[in-house]
Amino acid sequence: MVIANPPHASGLSLSSFSGSSVCKQVTMANPISRLMSGRSSAVMLASVGLAGLGLASGYILTETRVTAAERRRMFPPSADYPDLRKHNNCMASALTPAMYGRLRDKVTPNNWSLDQCIQTGVDNPGHPFIKTVGMVAGDEESYEVFEELFDPVIKDRHNGYDPQTMKHPTDLDASKLTSGMFDERYVLSSRVRTGRSIRGLSLPPACSRSERREVERVVVTALSGLQGELSGRYYSLGELSESEQQQLINEHFLFDKPVSPLLTAAGMARDWPDARGIWHNDDKNFLIWINEEDHTRVISMEKGGNMKRVFERFCKGLKQVETLIQERGWEFMWNERLGYILTCPSNLGTGLRAGVHIRLPRLSKDARFKKILENLRLQKRGTGGVDTAATGDTVDISNLDRLGRSELMHGQTRAADRSQVQTVMDPTACCDLT
Amino acid sequence: MPFGNTHNNFKLNYKVEEEFPDLSKHNNHMAKVLTKELYGKLRDKQTPSGYTLDDVIQTGVDNPGHPFIMTVGCVAGDEESYTVFKDLLDPIISDRHGGYKPDDKHKTDMNFENLKGGDDLDPNYVLSSRVRTGRSIKGFTLPPHNSRGERRLIEKLSVEALTSLDGEFKGKYYPLKSMTDAEQEQLINDHFLFDKPVSPLLTCAGMARDWPDGRGIWHNDDKTFLVWVNEEDHLRVISMQKGGNMREVFRRFCTGLAKIEEIFKKHNHGFMWSEHLGYILTCPSNLGTGLRGGVHVKLPKLSTHPKFDEILNRLRLQKRGTGGVDTASVGGVFDISNADRLGSSEVDQVQMVVDGVKLMVEMEKKLEKGEAIDSMIPAQK
Repeated sequence: MVIANPPHASGLSLSSFSGSSVCKQVTMANPISRLMSGRSSAVMLASVGLAGLGLASGYILTETRVTAAERRRMFPPSADYPDLRKHNNCMASALTPAMYGRLRDKVTPNNWSLDQCIQTGVDNPGHPFIKTVGMVAGDEESYEVFEELFDPVIKDRHNGYDPQTMKHPTDLDASKLTSGMFDERYVLSSRVRTGRSIRGLSLPPACSRSERREVERVVVTALSGLQGELSGRYYSLGELSESEQQQLINEHFLFDKPVSPLLTAAGMARDWPDARGIWHNDDKNFLIWINEEDHTRVISMEKGGNMKRVFERFCKGLKQVETLIQERGWEFMWNERLGYILTCPSNLGTGLRAGVHIRLPRLSKDARFKKILENLRLQKRGTGGVDTAATGDTVDISNLDRLGRSELMHGQTRAADRSQVQTVMDPTACCDLT
Repeated sequence: MPFGNTHNNFKLNYKVEEEFPDLSKHNNHMAKVLTKELYGKLRDKQTPSGYTLDDVIQTGVDNPGHPFIMTVGCVAGDEESYTVFKDLLDPIISDRHGGYKPDDKHKTDMNFENLKGGDDLDPNYVLSSRVRTGRSIKGFTLPPHNSRGERRLIEKLSVEALTSLDGEFKGKYYPLKSMTDAEQEQLINDHFLFDKPVSPLLTCAGMARDWPDGRGIWHNDDKTFLVWVNEEDHLRVISMQKGGNMREVFRRFCTGLAKIEEIFKKHNHGFMWSEHLGYILTCPSNLGTGLRGGVHVKLPKLSTHPKFDEILNRLRLQKRGTGGVDTASVGGVFDISNADRLGSSEVDQVQMVVDGVKLMVEMEKKLEKGEAIDSMIPAQK
């Protein structure tokens, strides 16, 4: 750091420093050296010949004008390194002090920093049994600028997937799905959801109001171009009438302001309900959430067990929306390493969760149920979604993976294994469960 | 503030109306004052530490408020926020602090000898007395904005200062993150423990980040002088005791604060203070003295009198339930404290509490005897 030598710094000559050379890195301990390297107004005042150290240091203390960047550097990274000793999340497992030191002062093009990525993981230590991700992206570039941290987190969360060496396959050709029709005595409803981000606009933790409104505009304009079984309408969250609100609640379509500290600590609920809304088709089986946890969440669903049709509509709808936004010069965030880019690293790849609400009164109580699900690469949730308990004997079963296998593969796993699971339920069937 | 969009300069590529928040359903001081034009004027400004307009107003955007309760709707991230964004904050301050003008000067008087009386409030009615204020340490940014490094250094300096106190101020520091179960239990029983903020007014302003890192409670052995470190402000200082000897509470308050300030000054980190705004704190509502001096007082009859609110108004006092702000009263016991913060001194404000409570206790006694109190109702102070 070059330190200017003010011409009339009486009482402030360099010789009054205890041995520090002109080019030595400034540390916080020496207010006089801060004066020398500080902002021009401070240096000017010194050059006007203020008598005495006292006055000058008094000036420093009352008038220190330090830029944000300078201020950060005054604290070494070790002073800012979070205390993660009681934490159990992927970020805490991966973030070493040395890594923090290398990444702390970097920012993405829209000034998103590492501290902002990890804030949610610092504020939410997690649970001994449930390992959350503990970090979010503020934009597409986060995954590059902070890849030193994101990559191990992705590996941890996605079963060893290494973004440095592996490629993610995308396959939205629904015609390739075999079977996929389930016994409706057991399968009550089928659903496929994913998310999509609009390239060029910051993600929900980082977006400004204008960007968020732009996302809404881009998506709603595109959706208004959908036709046939996909034609529908948009409901802006801030302008819902009482009756519309009730209707959306009855249909289980309405999403509310996030209360989970995992989301609020990441800044995703800012400015609620500005530019948030719900779009659905007239048939009420294709639904899009705008500006909730991602730019868009796309959901295809229907009652009963026709997963094939649900997946077909899902793929068709997604492709049409993509075409419509491309016509206006926009595109989805996607790359070969990570597939579709979403806010939470856990949703990279396909971002897809395909699932059913299924009645498994006997199987769900079987001691081997957990192992069966694990082997089939499926997960269970309660019928209220993530972190809820099952009601009655009905469980929500969905795919575990997101990254490393294509949409089609997920759907297929579900389809094939759903029928396996059904067979198992029948006590007369022989099935080796070891 | 280290979360959210506020450093995202892409927003400057959009027109003002595209970025201006929708405040149509809002009822807070910020929403009353912030026009599109003002937003346009201030939106690309930053304090030297990088705090922006969007940082200042985020809590007010996220919390539309209540038709009956007017919240402030903005916070400062550092000392300079009050100057860089004065076009927004001055009118808010004026609105909140009874017309205080941008060129007014605030009076500071921490000399407890100037208080008249205050040692004789009837303990049959006045159950406890308490004075609190906040202090910010110069050279650091405020809780909505500070980094972990800053917060920890504030804690370190505060603990050094506090643990050097002696005599009636000898005490101990309990860091929130390493408190034992027994200590926690004790602090809860003493009503000393503060918890992670859950109010969205605070969390939306970023004040609960990194909890409980750098937070803690210090109190003296007598349990009459208590300091909160890094909660809503750098320091919250509280002097209290059972009974009605407000004079003694105020004496201890002033003496303790003077000692603490002296120690901080020796380390070249005085308190944030200006001639115009007095003591600088995170929330504009706490500028000036930042002082809330009050009592828990039994006023079952007076509180149900139709003129109770008017009396409080005239005495420049406010009532709260015994759980603190936004709680209801229990058993006719109210928390009565000064309403003013800016424009009058500490002594003035505590004097108003002392005189006002004394009068109200007299009124209560009269009502007990079935007598009228109309002649006692004071003129507007």
